Amino acid sequence: MDLRDLYQDIILDHGRHPRNFRAIEHPTHTAQGHNPLCGDRVTVFLTLDGEQIADVAFQGRGCAISTAAASLMTEVLKGKTVEEARELFAHFHARVTGGNENPLPAPLADEMERLEPLTGVKAYPARVKCATLSWHALEAALQTDGATVKTE
Amino acid sequence: MTGAGPKILAPGEQRLPGGFDPRRLRQEFPIFASNPDLVFLDSGASAQKPASVIDRVADYYRTDYANVHRGVYRLSARSTDLFEQARVKVQRFLNAADAREVVFVRGATEAINLVAQSWGGAFLEAGDEILISELEHHSNIVPWQLLRDRVGIRLVVAPIDATGGLDVAAFAARLSPRTRLVAVTHLANATGALVPIETVVELAHRAGARVLVDGCQAAPRLQVDVQALGCDFYAFSGHKTYGPTGIGVLWGRHELLAAMPPWQGGGEMILNVTFEKTLYQEPPHRFEAGTPDISGAIGLGTALDFIEELGRDNILEHEEALTGYGVDRLSRIPGLQLVGAGQRRLGILSFDLEGIHPHDVATVLDRHHVAVRAGHHCAQPLLDKLGLGATTRASLGVYNDERDIDALAAAIEAAQEMFR
Repeated sequence: MDLRDLYQDIILDHGRHPRNFRAIEHPTHTAQGHNPLCGDRVTVFLTLDGEQIADVAFQGRGCAISTAAASLMTEVLKGKTVEEARELFAHFHARVTGGNENPLPAPLADEMERLEPLTGVKAYPARVKCATLSWHALEAALQTDGATVKTE
Repeated sequence: MTGAGPKILAPGEQRLPGGFDPRRLRQEFPIFASNPDLVFLDSGASAQKPASVIDRVADYYRTDYANVHRGVYRLSARSTDLFEQARVKVQRFLNAADAREVVFVRGATEAINLVAQSWGGAFLEAGDEILISELEHHSNIVPWQLLRDRVGIRLVVAPIDATGGLDVAAFAARLSPRTRLVAVTHLANATGALVPIETVVELAHRAGARVLVDGCQAAPRLQVDVQALGCDFYAFSGHKTYGPTGIGVLWGRHELLAAMPPWQGGGEMILNVTFEKTLYQEPPHRFEAGTPDISGAIGLGTALDFIEELGRDNILEHEEALTGYGVDRLSRIPGLQLVGAGQRRLGILSFDLEGIHPHDVATVLDRHHVAVRAGHHCAQPLLDKLGLGATTRASLGVYNDERDIDALAAAIEAAQEMFR
């Protein structure tokens, strides 16, 4: 497999210039993700308006993959419902780990397309956690309002 | 062995540092035959194994295997002899006064835990201090924290100086009348900084403290003479000295080991057991409860033979020359910052690449068949101090040469090109 399948231009771009890379001052939900393997940390901030994600942002330090994954995650999640966010994560997780995928309804399938460049990590088992760290943090934020999750 | 050891040079042939050719020596390591493109620069995590070690372990199981210290039959006696001969090889390797000072354990981590639990549990009390350094691996931090939480000792940390070496003056200033033990690395795994153990021992002993040395990175690279060093405990792992995994060594002064209580109970470590009272073996068997890693110990003995045949001064000369070449070559890469290793660096090149995360570096390097470690190297407090979350680390072994460093440098430049 060519390295360029992993480090596609869109990954390099989001790795260098992450979108929504900021703290939300009064989030309704937040959680930290921590990868004990490399010490990387990411904090995900959410503002929910009822069941809808009104705003989502992140901060932290990590590799190109984890930074790009968090950046792309914030882009696709804005305006989605919590339920849709969970569906996307389940689908994305299955795509990068080779698990079973449930078919997605059309609008979500379009968003999944945007995450497709990240699925190159499937060929790099040691890097899968980099792509899922921010999603795990998102899930923790939705569940617990503020715990630290590990990618273990 | 073929191709190793000092040899007579053909006319016009240049003597290589250490007097051996790593490329030729590589033929003794089957991993390179199975992975011909491999540029292995991760011996600091675990070294590859020569065929002599692999074959010895297999042959032992084929021809000499039985449990030790139990059977009356000849096969068991032979197995016991081989196991105890391995102990004598370790004794010679460390220039220890007595083979009874050599305790077989799973690795350096277990060795340090043994001292913490047995010696620390028996002789330390609340308010006593253990002095470690900022250079330590987690395995020389966490066992003492567990002891702290159990007994109430204080854990004191000696800092590094601006160059990345142990700050000896600051270390001396942290010794107190309550310091009972100094536990330091001989060679820092994350940076390659060599610690002046003789000085540390002299200062510690003057303060009335014992000294434990974590010799994981030093044992495969340096002449280690525990009597000359003057320390009280010395720990190393077999798998970093070209031996099997699952075996390691705790060396301790006999009078210390003899005064220490057992830390695990079971067979092998007892003299007599009744339900009322059990009498324990003398060291080292007191600390070797259960059937030991017999094949591991024998394989370790063979690995130490390999090192001795190559010559420890030769290995040191080789590693010093290659470390120097690596520092020189990597320093010429713009945007690459070598992590400081004090006055003397050996065998380990840890670096930061501007704007590129070590995980991304290691992935690109892997695609160029260059195997390095990326992360915190189980030394998070040190990396925090250095202001780095992670680094990329290349570590050297006897089979590495300048071509490996060149391949590393070329792969780094390819990573820079990709992430430009």
